[in-house]
Amino acid sequence: MSSDVAMRANYLEEGAGPRAWLLTTDHKRVAWLYLVSLTAFFFLGGAFAVLMRVELATPGGDLVSDDVYNRLFSLHGIIMVWFYLVPSIPATLGNFLLPLMIGARDLAFPRLNLASWYVFVFGSLFALFSVLAGGVDTGWTFYTPLSTLYANGFVSTAAMGVFIVGFSSIMTGINFIVTVHTLRAPGLTWFRLPIFVWTIYATALVMVLATPVLAASLILIVLERVFGIGIFNPDLGGDPLLFQHLFWFYSHPAVYIMILPGMGVVSEVLPCFSKRPLFGYKAVALSSMAIAVFGFLVWGHHMFVSGQSAYAGVIFSFLSFCVAIPSAIKVFNWSLTLRKGEITFEAPMLYALFFLALFTFGGLAGLFLAALAVDVHVHDTYFVVAHFHYIMVGGMVTAYMAGLHFWWPKMTGRLYSETWARVAAAATFIGFNLTFFPQFVLGFLGMPRRYHTYPPEFQFWHVLSSAGAVVLAAGYLMPLCYLGWSLFRGARATDNPWGATGLEWQTASPPPPHNFDRMPTVSQPPYAYPMKGLEHERFSPHKDKVRETAA
Amino acid sequence: MSASTQSVAFDTPAREKAADAFGMWVFAGSEAMLFGAIMLVFFVARVSYGPAFAAASKHLSLTLGAVNTAVLITSSLTMALAHFHADAGRWRAAVWTLMATALLGAVFLVIKGTEYAMEFHEGIAPVLGAPFAFSGPDPVHAAFFFSLYFAMTALHGLHLTCGILVIVGLLALSRGADPSSRARRVQAVGLYWHFVDIVWVFLFPVLYLINR
Repeated sequence: MSSDVAMRANYLEEGAGPRAWLLTTDHKRVAWLYLVSLTAFFFLGGAFAVLMRVELATPGGDLVSDDVYNRLFSLHGIIMVWFYLVPSIPATLGNFLLPLMIGARDLAFPRLNLASWYVFVFGSLFALFSVLAGGVDTGWTFYTPLSTLYANGFVSTAAMGVFIVGFSSIMTGINFIVTVHTLRAPGLTWFRLPIFVWTIYATALVMVLATPVLAASLILIVLERVFGIGIFNPDLGGDPLLFQHLFWFYSHPAVYIMILPGMGVVSEVLPCFSKRPLFGYKAVALSSMAIAVFGFLVWGHHMFVSGQSAYAGVIFSFLSFCVAIPSAIKVFNWSLTLRKGEITFEAPMLYALFFLALFTFGGLAGLFLAALAVDVHVHDTYFVVAHFHYIMVGGMVTAYMAGLHFWWPKMTGRLYSETWARVAAAATFIGFNLTFFPQFVLGFLGMPRRYHTYPPEFQFWHVLSSAGAVVLAAGYLMPLCYLGWSLFRGARATDNPWGATGLEWQTASPPPPHNFDRMPTVSQPPYAYPMKGLEHERFSPHKDKVRETAA
Repeated sequence: MSASTQSVAFDTPAREKAADAFGMWVFAGSEAMLFGAIMLVFFVARVSYGPAFAAASKHLSLTLGAVNTAVLITSSLTMALAHFHADAGRWRAAVWTLMATALLGAVFLVIKGTEYAMEFHEGIAPVLGAPFAFSGPDPVHAAFFFSLYFAMTALHGLHLTCGILVIVGLLALSRGADPSSRARRVQAVGLYWHFVDIVWVFLFPVLYLINR
């Protein structure tokens, strides 16, 4: 099959030049458009973070003023959350892989898909304008009344940017939902879908149902700043706390928009490099849906000290503990997938294992924060910062890197340097822990978030953290170099370099324009990896007896 | 890949039409969350500041609100007829009913604009720093009512404006199109139009009728 395909044009060769790329409706090319823009935003947001860490290396405020520092952390948050993390895996890997994984020629609405990228770019222009014009100093959360009455940055512009990018999220979400429902290959039942498709589906549901609530709250902020109506202004009868309810009703589910696709990537990578089927497939699939549903019911845990009633606090605390259950189901199933596997440590696997460690660590720290009494102590400290960076960076960005390395040969038809990739993976792991573990300690000792100066006794931990940030930055810059190099000089990849299951590996690398030369049919469950010599272990109900006889 | 599917992904126009309708329903679900969030804000405030909201609600024009409701429901009828005609391949009839729908939408916006003007003159529009004079109890929370009223109706009006523009765009784009893709587009636009109408069917009693 591959020799047959090699003679035909693949999707990268079909039509060159900016016009062919900017007007494409091929989901694989749209994925590349997103990949390039998201990479730019990732490094822009990262640059703000590096500046902050440099400032925090000394107790005094000697690099930037407090005003500039406020703008740095606000822009870091806004860019990383809305212009990188939320679209990260869905818009790049999801866009590229979803039709391939379900055996379709494209997404259900290819033009809508391209339109979503243009909307994303349009929204990001607003955000970039607010960066260049002088920044925003409200933090990424736009809390009222700071954002409506007092903030003197370009709040309306930045909020408009986030609002517009929300449309791009909704478009992507609708497209994914309809695609999964209507375009699965013959024989590909719901419980034969790869977990990546399940998680992308769950993410799409959250995108479609939560993003409009964020849109509503941002519209109200802009109405208040521009038209002077008083939804959040107590002088006009409004309620500032209302904004926090609306904002977190979106932004907590958004956390799951950010982490669920990462869980999907890891569920593909771990079975492949341990040559074992995914343990507890149905439980992993359904726990993704459970996370999506529970995610809507826990927003109040961001507001334990904001003045909501104690009863509400108790209920939100309980529900937040409940989210840990489906997450733990996943972690245990991933761990059991590794058991007795023939594990090899290629770069994607390294990233996936690091994800497993960091996500578990960050998730357990989340339980501290879900507990009312502990949260009152560590609220708004570096403990919270460390917790969500373990999930968002240690979890999501690591999973993103795992996925990017895993599917890179499929996307480009090239192989990257395995040695460099392993070095980069190790550097991110070390750098990440060095950056954020000290922040747990700092937070517990009482160092608050969002300050550009601090008492000298905290300096030791801050220096560790800043040193870690340098290593981490190196870990993220390396892939930019060796992946970029492999695009032009890398060795040619075969159709299935990892020996992975899944429909995407059954077509050429890179795939032809309409994905498959012959449309596939599916007749078996996913993750049909061999379990060499272990069949009796897994399936015999009388395991001990078998051992005895063997002895 | 028959010639009449829009997307390469579908084998037959019938499957694509079904997927289109499904996509519009998902979109309507998304929009429902947008209005739902603001309505929930309204309900919470309504429970918290009941007397002020009841008194403020009496200052809205029930007559104009009722007329507008009738206008919008009629526009849903013409939209349903347009869908019916387009499905049956009677494009000329579909064009007329679509134009009637857009026209009724515009009538709604004109009446709504008249209401806004009346409220400005009465001094109960806390918008753009206009003077706010409310004689009833608890004027601060009455102002909150009017803030929410303007936010909700303006958002609805914006959706209706988009609906009118989409109908105009549909008429312009579908002149040379084949019957099946015309019917598909009318179906999609129709679902959106009915959704916007239903939002008003909720807004009208919530804003105008409770405790009248």
